[in-house]
Amino acid sequence: MTNSIEEIEGMEVIFIIGSNTKETHPVIANRMIKAYRNGAKIIVADPRNVPMTRFADTVLHLKPGTDIALINGIAHVIIKEGLENKSFIEEKTEGFEEWKKLLEEYTPEYVEKITGVSKEDIIKAARLYSSSQKAGLFYTMGITQHTCGTNNVAAVANLVTLTGNIGRESTGVNPLRGQNNVQGASDAACLPNVLPGYQKLDNPDVIAKFEKAWGVSLSTKAGLTATQMIPAALDGKIKALYIMGENPVITDPNTHHTVDSLKKLAFLVVQDIFLTETAKLADVVLPSTCFAEKEGTFSNTARKVQRVRKAVEPPGEARNDLSIIMEMSRRLGYVMDYKSPEDVLIEFGQVWPNLAGITYKRIEKAGLHWPCPDKDHPGTPYLYKAGFPVGKIRFSGITYTPPAEVTDNEYPFILTTGRNLYQYHSGTMSRRVPAIEAHAGEPYVEICAEDGRKLQINNGDILAVTSRRGTIRLKARITSKVTEGTVFIPMHYSEAAANVITNDALDPKTKIPEYKVCAVKIEK
Amino acid sequence: MIKATIDGKDIEVNEGTTILEAARTLGISIPTLCHHPKLTPIGGCRLCIVEIKGLPRPVTSCTTPVTYGMEITTSSPLISDLRKSMLDLILSDHPLDCPACIRGGDCKLQDIAFMYGEKENRFPGERRVYTRVDVNPFISRDMEKCILCGRCVKVCSEVQGVGAIDIAYKGFESKICPPYEKPLDCEFCGQCVSVCPTGALAGKMWIRKDKSRDEKRVDTVCPYCGTGCHITLHIQDNKVIRVTSKEDTWNEGWLCVKGRFGYKFINSPDRLKKPLIKRDGQFQEVSWEEAYDYVAKKLNDIKAEYGAEAIGGLSSARCTNEENYAFQKMIRAAVGTNNVDHCARL
Ligand code: SF4
Ligand code: SF4
Ligand code: FES
Repeated sequence: MTNSIEEIEGMEVIFIIGSNTKETHPVIANRMIKAYRNGAKIIVADPRNVPMTRFADTVLHLKPGTDIALINGIAHVIIKEGLENKSFIEEKTEGFEEWKKLLEEYTPEYVEKITGVSKEDIIKAARLYSSSQKAGLFYTMGITQHTCGTNNVAAVANLVTLTGNIGRESTGVNPLRGQNNVQGASDAACLPNVLPGYQKLDNPDVIAKFEKAWGVSLSTKAGLTATQMIPAALDGKIKALYIMGENPVITDPNTHHTVDSLKKLAFLVVQDIFLTETAKLADVVLPSTCFAEKEGTFSNTARKVQRVRKAVEPPGEARNDLSIIMEMSRRLGYVMDYKSPEDVLIEFGQVWPNLAGITYKRIEKAGLHWPCPDKDHPGTPYLYKAGFPVGKIRFSGITYTPPAEVTDNEYPFILTTGRNLYQYHSGTMSRRVPAIEAHAGEPYVEICAEDGRKLQINNGDILAVTSRRGTIRLKARITSKVTEGTVFIPMHYSEAAANVITNDALDPKTKIPEYKVCAVKIEK
Repeated sequence: MIKATIDGKDIEVNEGTTILEAARTLGISIPTLCHHPKLTPIGGCRLCIVEIKGLPRPVTSCTTPVTYGMEITTSSPLISDLRKSMLDLILSDHPLDCPACIRGGDCKLQDIAFMYGEKENRFPGERRVYTRVDVNPFISRDMEKCILCGRCVKVCSEVQGVGAIDIAYKGFESKICPPYEKPLDCEFCGQCVSVCPTGALAGKMWIRKDKSRDEKRVDTVCPYCGTGCHITLHIQDNKVIRVTSKEDTWNEGWLCVKGRFGYKFINSPDRLKKPLIKRDGQFQEVSWEEAYDYVAKKLNDIKAEYGAEAIGGLSSARCTNEENYAFQKMIRAAVGTNNVDHCARL
């Protein structure tokens, strides 16, 4: 997020696209509702009738996978009506004229045809978003989990740039990260193409700095992403995987393929708190500790580094992950000598200035937003106050491309997947909470009343949902949450794992799978 | 700025400031039951009454803004008497089983009753009797203990934007319930539980816990979504028995169903307790020493035979910054490859 969560209450316009905020980030939704009570206007663009539409001034029900067309259409209207931020474009951007040409074809009429959103609503949203100097844009996996995910994000960035709605308090672009510490795992460079703090592998100065700091020579060859490692295991290129706290059997697309790949490995180590579906396939399982059993920090989706504290002793002989990693690293020939978790954070701050000012003492009571470069720095709730690190922002020529898989006579429905309010991700934690299981322990497929009538489906009927990759069986839930032609399945349930049928087509750049669109058929 | 006096002390406040807020800035305490700083005023309990010179009747300080030249008195024999009667009325319709109540010792009603020396009930008579019907696994609603302050109704609509409950019926029949008195069917965020001043609303999973033993409280961060709400874990016998969030945190004490009620996985019997090595398709419990040796040997052998690029590491968005940093360093510095990723994409 370029803004902090606290700033949301000062926003005048909130544009939510591809994020079911009320269920996936409920307390961020509380802040949006607070803004709404203060008079903020809310735009929601989503194929589903997500709960935040209750507070929306404008709802855009676009067909899954047509985000770029919609966003370009909104940008088209803004330019046509002269509502763009001219001084911002002049001073801080480049490539506007070419991009403007490319947008010409995205008339409201044309975009209505692709997205199914009425041209009046497109115009209304364009006027609203460009009308305010305090406008925040929010998105989640609904934007990124597509084969065109990178382009979706770039299209969003174009729109933000066009209006200059960035770099001020309560104004910015805010991707909401799904899991508690995705931000921190990315910052720490559990990523194949960068070193900690997003420092590039192909920069010799960076490599020299890290080689000196770590006292070891480093490979400069970019590694494989998670979604590439799995197929590489099947091909025999990857022989061993060390998985800490992940459950790819449930979270990766095309489950059958994932299981086959993991079985093909010569060696699989899983370090986790439960015997997950993935751990069951392992050669060695190492018992580790959960958040309540260790000291450390998490960074939330707004870059706020907050203290995690040990409250209880771990069960049995379970050990904390840091001590396991240190011991393992030593035996693999590299000694790490941390006396405490804080030592690690201090080293992290030494190699990445954005964390240099953060100590456990400073975040004793409340967290700090990075960048926080020195011990007196108050942290940075919103980014780009002083301009952009790249100098000028470039408009990127993004055009609409249909999803990798489209519906046809055999597979007439679009399936989109995601989370529900109660369960969380692969369910490793939440499915072991008896109260949550009692309330939301069963997989289901959401289908709208009209489609239900056509197929003569009643609430609670068991349906077979089939894609080109597989079939799962689960109960029908008739609901107004989805619109005609679209069905929704929450991803949490291994007994009817949505990812048995999802498409493992990847975005060419980010290697994110297309979870938000695949074609299915539905039978009783 | 508006000038006025409270209990003879001069004060200057911004327009719109209520008498209650003004008094609190002076350090003058006025008892309240229904007022909540994060909700719009309700004005229901009338405990916060004060006298204003020139007005015939006391007014509720939580709803009345300070106006120019007001002379306010927050305590007098009359006010004390009125507050006591109000309290008596509330208590006459409230079960007096404080020692057995989940909130005993941590209850606003009990505190205020103690302050006003309430010993016996001046208005004995019929009490409301409700049968509890809620089937949900999260929230217990013991409406006999409800004092109809209305905070839960407000928080549910203003903060949560749900409006699952409201005050139904009139007078003695009044009660707080979902439409048509159906079972509660909502987002189960527990915001209502967190603002209830009495034991009427409570989490089902902590209601029968023995509260006599000391609990430890530890402030930390919610392990679920990327919002990163501040939570406080309540610990008894090395077990998390309840989760709350403080009002002065950035998330203002609000949580969702996962953060507030989703903690039982910590003590799940399924937790892994010993390292396991698979032999002939079966997991066997082994010592840490054996597990470390085995893993290191296997990885070193694979590296020797196929090179570091044949090894990959996947780390977790659920682990800490420190663990993630150390993990990628192990893969890069000890194994020697950049094949390291986490699940941000998924
Ligand atoms: S749990 Fe949340 S949604 Fe349900 S009644 Fe209470 S405040 Fe409302
Ligand atoms: S309480 Fe809910 S909204 Fe807050 S971090 Fe936890 S899961 Fe996210
Ligand atoms: S606190 Fe003012 S009426 Fe209840």
